[in-house]
Amino acid sequence: MSKKEWPLWEVFIRSKAGLNHKHVGSLRAADAEMAVENARDVYTRRSEGISIWVVESKNIHASDPAEADSLFEPADSKVYRHPTFYDVPDGISHM
Amino acid sequence: MKEVNLNELERRFQEKIDKDIKIEPNDWMPENYRQTLIRQISQHAHSEIVGMLPEGNWITRAPNLRRKAVLLAKVQDEAGHGLYLYSATETLGADREETIDDLHTGKAKYSSIFNYPTLTWADMGAIGWLVDGAAIMNQVPLCRCSYGPYARAMVRVCKEESFHQRQGFEIMTTLAKGTPEQKAMAQDALNRFWWPALMMFGPNDADSKHTEQSMRWKIKRHTNDELRQQFVDVTVPQAEMIGLTVPDKDLKFNETTGHYEYGEINWDEFWEVVKGNGPCNKDRIDVRRKAKEDGAWVREAANAFAEKRARRKSA
Repeated sequence: MSKKEWPLWEVFIRSKAGLNHKHVGSLRAADAEMAVENARDVYTRRSEGISIWVVESKNIHASDPAEADSLFEPADSKVYRHPTFYDVPDGISHM
Repeated sequence: MKEVNLNELERRFQEKIDKDIKIEPNDWMPENYRQTLIRQISQHAHSEIVGMLPEGNWITRAPNLRRKAVLLAKVQDEAGHGLYLYSATETLGADREETIDDLHTGKAKYSSIFNYPTLTWADMGAIGWLVDGAAIMNQVPLCRCSYGPYARAMVRVCKEESFHQRQGFEIMTTLAKGTPEQKAMAQDALNRFWWPALMMFGPNDADSKHTEQSMRWKIKRHTNDELRQQFVDVTVPQAEMIGLTVPDKDLKFNETTGHYEYGEINWDEFWEVVKGNGPCNKDRIDVRRKAKEDGAWVREAANAFAEKRARRKSA
């Protein structure tokens, strides 16, 4: 008798056309097709979505939160990437 | 990563909590915080799952098709809530199977309210109105809990729960407006579920051993007694509105505080039920165990089918 546990899947839902898929939670299922069916049953019971992605959790690679400071630091020091960095003379519009 | 000592990590952790920055699964957290959350979230998950049983009892005997469809939808929601919560425990490193086994061996607790029997159809009304009402009172502040996955699960749960309470209140209202027998049935259900519903908020603050630390970690936002008082204050007028009487001879409104004062809760009964000696404790766990055993072939068949499908695809 196999005691194999169903793998864990992360569920992403597109709530309506034009919006991106968004992570909503996870579930267990024997394979991808069944994961989609289960996701339909638990995560879209009140018309929350029109499209479902499932990704097996072990295939998600994440940045290390402990390294977040050094990982994202380069962006903090580059204020010139934002439009508010630049002076626009009075009277100039549409810019 | 550079070496940082434990005290420093704990200090930074508390600093994040104090600034209302959410803790996410891979963030560093004190072992006690992790264990407290696993205990609380798994108890919550078990309560959703065991909570399906008292109501499942009446699905086949609902008085009409509308009531039956509604009750079925509610019980399905509870299965989903259990799933969201078990998933949240998994983000903390808890093993799904072990968590469920802890329920089945009696090691893990669940809300004591579900150890009371559902004797009449009116109990479906009382449960939706009072039990889900009390659960919402508990769960709304949990939407702001410091642990991200738990807070997000609670947002979903709370959205879905509001229909649960309304459908219960609708059942009570209908019965209370019905024949004298129907009204008596509603009153009887209120009589039996009122005190257990108040017990759902847990022991008095003075006797609640986890409250202080949980509030410091912002797992909990209000004490048991604060939430219980809030529940009494909103529920008593609802009972009056539909002509039912709250079974508490000491209940009175205090004009000065603006709150209802209520009688002494029977804590001996509460602890007996928690210890496993309530009217239905044994039955609830037996049913859960049997469901898991009887469903084993389904889980295995799904695995076998997945393997077959994978083979076919690669062929």
